[in-house]
Amino acid sequence: MKKSRTIAVLAGAAVAALAMTGCSSGGGSGGGKSLTVEDYYTATYNPIYQRCAKQLGAKLTINHVAGAGLIAKVLQQASSRTLPDVLMLDNPDIQQIAASGALAPLSDYGLNGKGDVPAVTAAGSYKGKLYGLEPVTNSIALYYNVALLKAAGVAPPKTWDELRTDAKKLTKGKTYGFAMSNINTYEGTWQFLPFLWSNGGDEKDIATAQAAQALQYVLDLQNDGSMSKSSINWAQADVNNQFIAGKAAMMINGPWQLPALKAAKGLQFASVPIPTRTGDAPVAPLGGEAFTVPVTKSKDTMSLAAKFVGCLNKPTMQTYIAGVTGNVPTNETAADSWATSHPDVAAFVTTTKTARARTGELGPDWPKAATKIYTAVQTALTGKAAPTAALQAAQSQSQ
Amino acid sequence: MSASVEAAVGKRAPTVAAGHPGRPRARLAATASRWLFIAPAVAYVAVFFGYPVVKNIVMSFQDYTTRTFFTGEAPWVGFANYAATFRSSLFTTTVVNTALFTIGSIVAQFLIGLGLALFFRRHFPLSGFLRGLLLLPWLLPLIASSAVWKWILDQDSGALNQLLGLFGTPPVPWLVSPDLALIAVIGVNIWLGIPFNTTILYSGLQSVPQELYEAAALDGAVGARAFRYITWPSIRSVVSVVIVLGVVYTLKVVDIILGLTGGGPANSTQTLATNAYHQSFVNFQFGQGAAVSNVLIVVSFVFAVVYISISRKAVDE
Repeated sequence: MKKSRTIAVLAGAAVAALAMTGCSSGGGSGGGKSLTVEDYYTATYNPIYQRCAKQLGAKLTINHVAGAGLIAKVLQQASSRTLPDVLMLDNPDIQQIAASGALAPLSDYGLNGKGDVPAVTAAGSYKGKLYGLEPVTNSIALYYNVALLKAAGVAPPKTWDELRTDAKKLTKGKTYGFAMSNINTYEGTWQFLPFLWSNGGDEKDIATAQAAQALQYVLDLQNDGSMSKSSINWAQADVNNQFIAGKAAMMINGPWQLPALKAAKGLQFASVPIPTRTGDAPVAPLGGEAFTVPVTKSKDTMSLAAKFVGCLNKPTMQTYIAGVTGNVPTNETAADSWATSHPDVAAFVTTTKTARARTGELGPDWPKAATKIYTAVQTALTGKAAPTAALQAAQSQSQ
Repeated sequence: MSASVEAAVGKRAPTVAAGHPGRPRARLAATASRWLFIAPAVAYVAVFFGYPVVKNIVMSFQDYTTRTFFTGEAPWVGFANYAATFRSSLFTTTVVNTALFTIGSIVAQFLIGLGLALFFRRHFPLSGFLRGLLLLPWLLPLIASSAVWKWILDQDSGALNQLLGLFGTPPVPWLVSPDLALIAVIGVNIWLGIPFNTTILYSGLQSVPQELYEAAALDGAVGARAFRYITWPSIRSVVSVVIVLGVVYTLKVVDIILGLTGGGPANSTQTLATNAYHQSFVNFQFGQGAAVSNVLIVVSFVFAVVYISISRKAVDE
């Protein structure tokens, strides 16, 4: 008897507590002092958010979603009008979501991307309006195993020819000279882009001689035996594992792998910008995620959310975030000083300066082009068709 | 719901008491109460099966994209999604792959499953334990088992190639070669489907009366002949159920393929199901995704009708 009464009392208390929290959260959003943030990062980002929240005196609810599920979740939230106050989006997705009308232009709140790498601002804009700000960006570069290169007596390559001969020399026993991801997802496309773009290829039409030359080059690396045929099944994380295990002497990868690479015992590595045919600066794709302000009911909350995004994008915050994540500050001056103090990421800082946004040309149509590109790469690398034919078939694909 | 049923029943009593003039009314009440009993089932089917199917059909005639989620606008495009689907160079590939995947999986699953079921009918030490172990593929989460299979089948450092290497076989490009990838994926799906086939066929075999075999043995029918004249006719209805359900289950497989190859290399393991998934949830072309999945639904529906007619026949017998 006594037991059941205490349970009843506890239950009553719980209901009261729930009712109270319900009240306080309702009151908070009305007063514009609480914000919900949604991203696909991990808890490592929480202190970053809290820093800006403290400055604004806002209370945060942080929601980390698993990477692949973010867009599906955002669409669902868009239709039920329950979008978060601050939304992180991968930069190639911004234009597609902005086109749906779910995002508020940041210029309405006095925000702009001044001082940031222009291509980053381009990726965050749709039809001339800025929708997303990216505090830190990234790209891909060529990592190499210092010990293996020393043993083979080769210097880090600058041109395609050098890369090809180096990779050949470095291929010994179970170690391949070179590794990259050619998987049938956007990751595969992303890794092929530096070869395609640096050689004058373009996503608008991939059935060109320049694109064929780039694809032929990657195929040559595979035919030489310098790159494993399994690269068509490797995601970038797999490529990194191959490199850490010493099964690849050089690899294409991004700065987000730095924590894992530094943790690997006995691995000495360094990075250079991705070699190009001519030896000029590469044109690589820009990575990173932007913060946006979805259209929600409360005007006050939206302007607070915009302030929050503005805070994250301040150069000092950019440097702080770069320190936590290993990425590159988007602000050009901040990036330069970052490169001098952090030689690990110098190659990425150089690369982002000449990098291009994937959605810069095609906007919301980019995913279709991306699918064509990885399909062509896969068709050529599996030997189903020669590079020129593979690119033509993919270009004319009506999907 | 129960209250309304009571009300219907309650209404009926006085009409009966009233005699002649109330008769049509009584009949009406009886029909109404009959419908009310069916109502929960109808509502359930309508909400959880009817609505999604109808919505999917409607969606396949619309330009349903990411934009639609926010604006709610999905312009009517007629048969454009279907035209794009059938015209796509990928369509033939996916249809052929779906057919090969389904037929290959079902034939092997069934034969191995039947063999094992017959084997386990003899009781021997540890047979119960081994039969339990056979369920293992069924108990593992699909994503986990496909990730493990991906490691096993890796060309350079996979366990299978290491094992074959002991016999001097050069590394086989299981998931890398467009010619082998589909075979490898079918192989994993066979492994996954064996427990289902074995379990159902085993329970079918259990219901065959032992006396039949004893009587047949007296007439000289043992071994293969006993199987042909007693076992097979007795379990035939179970066999058709296993095969038809297997086909429907296999047609819609997405997870294993996505986990192993993601439809690659170069679309060589892309099926109708993975293509529909890709259109809807990677390209966010929900209209086209719906068109592809409707093609799949039609095929599955044919098999579902076959299943229903078979099970009805079994009941009649």
